[in-house]
Amino acid sequence: MAKQSKVLPVTASTNPVAIQVRKVVKDFAVGNEHLRVLHDITADIRMGELTMLVGPSGCGKTTLISILSGILSSSGGEITIFGESLIAMKDSAKVLFRRENIGFIFQQYNLLPALTAAENAAMPLVAAGMTLEAATEKAREVLRRIGMEGQTEKLPRMLSGGQQQRVAIARALVHNPRLIVCDEPTAALDAKTGRQVMEILREIANDTNRCVLVVTHDNRIYSFADRILAMSDGRIVGDHAAEDYVHDHG
Amino acid sequence: MLMGDRAKYFGLIFGVTFATLLMTQQVSIFISLMARTASAIYAVDEADIWVMDPRVRYLEEVEPLRDVELGNVRSVAGVEWAVPFYKGLATIRMPDGVTQQVQLIGVDDVTMVGRCPEMVMGDPMALQRPQQAMMDVNGFLFTWPGEPLQVGKQVELNDNRLTISALCEVMPTFFTFPILYVSYNTAMEVTPPTRNKMSFVLVKAADGVSVAELTERITAQTGLQALSQHDFAWRSINYILERTGIPINFGITIILGVLIGLAITAQTFYIFVVENLKQFAALKAIGVTNLQLLRMVLAQAAIVGLSGYGLGVGLTAVFFTVTADAPALKGFQMYWQVVVGTAGVMTLIVVISILFSLRRVFKLDPAMVFRG
Ligand SMILES: Nc1ncnc2c1ncn2[C@@H]1O[C@H](COP(=O)(O)OP(=O)(O)OP(=O)(O)O)[C@@H](O)[C@H]1O
Ligand SMILES: [Mg+2]
Repeated sequence: MAKQSKVLPVTASTNPVAIQVRKVVKDFAVGNEHLRVLHDITADIRMGELTMLVGPSGCGKTTLISILSGILSSSGGEITIFGESLIAMKDSAKVLFRRENIGFIFQQYNLLPALTAAENAAMPLVAAGMTLEAATEKAREVLRRIGMEGQTEKLPRMLSGGQQQRVAIARALVHNPRLIVCDEPTAALDAKTGRQVMEILREIANDTNRCVLVVTHDNRIYSFADRILAMSDGRIVGDHAAEDYVHDHG
Repeated sequence: MLMGDRAKYFGLIFGVTFATLLMTQQVSIFISLMARTASAIYAVDEADIWVMDPRVRYLEEVEPLRDVELGNVRSVAGVEWAVPFYKGLATIRMPDGVTQQVQLIGVDDVTMVGRCPEMVMGDPMALQRPQQAMMDVNGFLFTWPGEPLQVGKQVELNDNRLTISALCEVMPTFFTFPILYVSYNTAMEVTPPTRNKMSFVLVKAADGVSVAELTERITAQTGLQALSQHDFAWRSINYILERTGIPINFGITIILGVLIGLAITAQTFYIFVVENLKQFAALKAIGVTNLQLLRMVLAQAAIVGLSGYGLGVGLTAVFFTVTADAPALKGFQMYWQVVVGTAGVMTLIVVISILFSLRRVFKLDPAMVFRG
């Protein structure tokens, strides 16, 4: 299994910090009320690690990674990502920052139905200004590397769920981002396919220049993590080396 | 982006094709019809000025002038020559008793100003002899269907026998009746003996005399309406534009075409956007800007728009080619200005549809992409 081939020790807490989170809060306006869904979140998420964010439904996992990846603003606190303050960034700067530094993988893949696998995967490069041809060629390479040889010209509806998620992974990797953010990447997949997807993510995280952040419910995949942040009710209630956590909860 | 969805793709092409066809075809027919109105006036190319009763509003509406007016016009300084011109409707009777309505045109016996210039058969000078007439080719074919073009046919007009001794080609005019040319004197003989019969006085300005000036002088001196060829043509066209239901009918058809085209394209784009809202949100999360999204969709739309537009213009061209020989549509053509104008309108329709639909995407919060 990929986990065993990992070169870094599990307690790799000496790795450089990718995202430094300090006292982050998030309020949603519900009617006239302010609903606080994140309370004083403080954490360091490190390079070369696969960090999982786990916890019961509604505890704020999705809200937190949305904030950390710069698509949702926090209501307070400080976030430093690759040395830059996310809070200080304007919305337009955040768009550029995401485009350069972050790859996204969603539960529902969110591929454009009319584009081929390679074209879908090429989107971040197109966004960065590359021509569609060059970007698609690059995307084909990435797809081949993750076992999608021969599927690159197919439309999403001709692919299985696991294959579509691989296209989404290729889309998240094609521009070589430093941070990969995944929200429930295996929730729509069967156990075996889910494991295959996690193996790919595991391998990406072995690169010391990368940081993989995975939100999940799925305790069957906990073992792929280096580190597990447990959330409950909008707070981080535990910060564990994956082995310990799997031992206790897995 | 739309290519993956055949139903929408073809729906869009159909919408654009339909609107393009309707617009190019109807506008072209309308302009052709207006051109027909003017063509009869421009056909009399020797005359600079048309003099008529002040009540006349367009070519087909004739108010007879007194014969003395011819002399009055001739006496205006700067008139090189002035000749009488008769224009009216008449009924001819064939030897077998069949009748047929015609446009009767009487041209000055000596100068023959106003006769059709393009001869097909026979001798135009024959008109100078009594009881001779000239007919347009389409009129001949309409009157004697199936018979070969020939001179020598006899017709009766108010108990006067006329021999058709020449055939000519004319630009189609507003009315599609056969046109029968005779000399002015013959016209006076064969038409009912009313007091005044002269329809127009055609005037040539002397060398160095400006047409505008001369028209003013004729009007001032005779109390008649004098219009340059160009002004009379436009006056006739404007009359039709303002006073008849023709422009309204065409206008309604054209506006309907535009609206239906707009409705189909806007709705198709809108549905496409709504169905793919999450995918668009994902792209925005990834870092694709609104401008880039707009460009991507525009590029796709350009392909669809061009296909539909090409088809529409093609169909219109086919229509005008197929109907080229139909007498009712003779001389009708597709004007390049219409083709270009339609391209502009269709571009507008597509761009408006896209902007309308993409508004949803522009305002979209990328954070929704993580929501279930
Ligand atoms: N836009 C919003 N407006 C108001 N409340 C919101 C909004 N988004 C999230 N919430 C609330 O914030 C809380 C945290 O939601 P979040 O989606 O982050 O939870 P989660 O841990 O990802 O849950 P799940 O495991 O079900 O995906 C929930 O109570 C949710 O109802
Ligand atoms: Mg969630």
